[in-house]
Amino acid sequence: MAERQHAVELRNVVKRYGEFTAVKKMDLTVPENSFVTFLGPSGCGKTTTLRMIAGLTDITEGDLVIRDRRVNDLPIHKRNLGLVFQNYALFPHKTIFDNIAFGLKYRNVNKADIAQKVKSALDLVQLPHVADRYPNQLSGGQQQRIALARAIVIEPDVLLLDEPLSALDANLREEMRVELKRIQRELGVATIFVTHDQSEALAMSDKLVVMKDGIVEQEGQPEDVYNNPSSAFVADFLGHSNIFAGTLAEPSGETAPVQLEGGTTLKTTIHQIERVNRQQNIRAVIRAEKIMVSTNQNPTSNDSTSIPGRIKTVDYLGQMARYFITAEGQDWQVINPIDQHPFGEGADIFMHIPARNCVLLPGHHD
Amino acid sequence: MAAGVARAQKHAPWILLSPSLVTIGFLLIIPMMFIVVYSFWLRTATGADQVGFYLDNWQEVLSDRFYRDILLQTLKIAFFTTIICAVVGYIPAYFVANTKMRSKTFLLIMLMLPFWISYIIRTMSWINILGTSGAINGLLLWVGIIDSPLNMLYNQTTVILGLVHYLLPFMILNVYVSLEGIDKNLTEAAESLGCNGFQAFREVTLPLSFPGLAAGSLLCFVLASGTYITPLILGGPRDAMFANLVFEAIITQLNWPLGSALSLVLLVLLGALVVIYTRYLGVDQIAKSFR
Repeated sequence: MAERQHAVELRNVVKRYGEFTAVKKMDLTVPENSFVTFLGPSGCGKTTTLRMIAGLTDITEGDLVIRDRRVNDLPIHKRNLGLVFQNYALFPHKTIFDNIAFGLKYRNVNKADIAQKVKSALDLVQLPHVADRYPNQLSGGQQQRIALARAIVIEPDVLLLDEPLSALDANLREEMRVELKRIQRELGVATIFVTHDQSEALAMSDKLVVMKDGIVEQEGQPEDVYNNPSSAFVADFLGHSNIFAGTLAEPSGETAPVQLEGGTTLKTTIHQIERVNRQQNIRAVIRAEKIMVSTNQNPTSNDSTSIPGRIKTVDYLGQMARYFITAEGQDWQVINPIDQHPFGEGADIFMHIPARNCVLLPGHHD
Repeated sequence: MAAGVARAQKHAPWILLSPSLVTIGFLLIIPMMFIVVYSFWLRTATGADQVGFYLDNWQEVLSDRFYRDILLQTLKIAFFTTIICAVVGYIPAYFVANTKMRSKTFLLIMLMLPFWISYIIRTMSWINILGTSGAINGLLLWVGIIDSPLNMLYNQTTVILGLVHYLLPFMILNVYVSLEGIDKNLTEAAESLGCNGFQAFREVTLPLSFPGLAAGSLLCFVLASGTYITPLILGGPRDAMFANLVFEAIITQLNWPLGSALSLVLLVLLGALVVIYTRYLGVDQIAKSFR
């Protein structure tokens, strides 16, 4: 028998609520053992998609396949999924032990095995001594670990995480992020993670799915999606980008000039020109952290462009500063590490943009 | 200066509490003191109350088997009424709490609606339904199932029926409030772990709605134990409840000292019940889990 490749497969899945279509013709695969993130603003359909996979919401059209089996009509309690909610959803009237043992009890596991499995689940989430307590005696972070333990102890086919970190405070969230990823790797369970937090999505995913208005805007490895956004929405949603309309001129050698709307000229690479099929009208995307600001006029390398500008506003972020710059009549934003002191407001500076950091998109409007 | 502030802070709760304390004192504590004092007076053959400290009323109330039997009958009726209210009331409460209909507020108003009609009139309406010339007998006679009207009224069953009718909204509202407070994710979590709908209800919803069920039951039991109108209207001569004895003593016989002693017996008994109930059933303990 051929090795199974996909833990979850969505084929032309549609979800309609009356007139409103929440999810439009979604095609998606979740490979075995991988960590897949649904990222998008609220209302993009990511949670609806997760709930359809979980069996908490009906599917209007299309097929949902979990481990080679069409499960559209299989009720939730027969799907063998691990589900973790944003608000933990631990049973308040049961001890931590009984919370974790809950799913095992309904799988007819004998008592000795239950005790053993609960213990190793508690060890895995690094809370070995809380079995006798009640959920309200634990902190938010601990409760979320228990919710995770409860979901994985049943050895689910797929682990579904619905914004599990967003109720935690910032430091704890980063800690849990590392923890969650470690546990997922250790177990090798296919995981779907829903979030609107781009840094979580970039840090944790093997595969990133950016969604908007019920469709998948782009999917791929986080690094690939980040560096080569396929639409202005993705470029803007992930990180901070400068996006300008422009026209492309004939390439000379490895680079080609791009004339932006305001009159500024940048250089881009042959590779980028190929990406837009040598179209004339394009949009140029330059990520805010890929521009270097300095008082030195000389370009950093042969293929980079230097543009004079003036700093309007400075956002001091500690290790970084975010500059709002006016250059040749256009507004730019740049995020740079701070060398001793950030540049002051009103300072005259030069922006250095290497050709490879000028990403091109087709010129139509979306 | 600082000492003055500290003293003011120390007194602040009492000052803020004073309106309620005064109200409770004048309307509850002081009248109850009168009743306690009355219960030690003595009713004489001439009809005048003899002021003093006599234990005669208490002796009669606590030793006469008649009073004990009526008391047990009262508790039995209240108990069955409470059980029926809990079982029958849970269903509409569950429905209102879980309905996806927009008209939740409308349903809640429908639940409150009976309170706008006098309890006496609601109770008397059963005479028109169950009486010998009432709706049910009329229908059965018309269809031809029976030849002569059935005697359905004036027994213990109709008393319980009337009490259930009267107390059901209290139960429904209490259960509804606790069902409404249960996070819907909990049942979804239970189902994702392998429960079917009924198992999820038994494991999660039912135990978490227990505080509402317990509070509603206590309320129903206490109100049922203290009622005298329902047995008066729907009960037969042998279905008297304890409050009917108080009514009888004070209104009919004008024997205020005896009536006072009787009412204090019921008060102490129900008061003790409330204390034991909250203490040993751990109602407040369970309520804490909703934090």
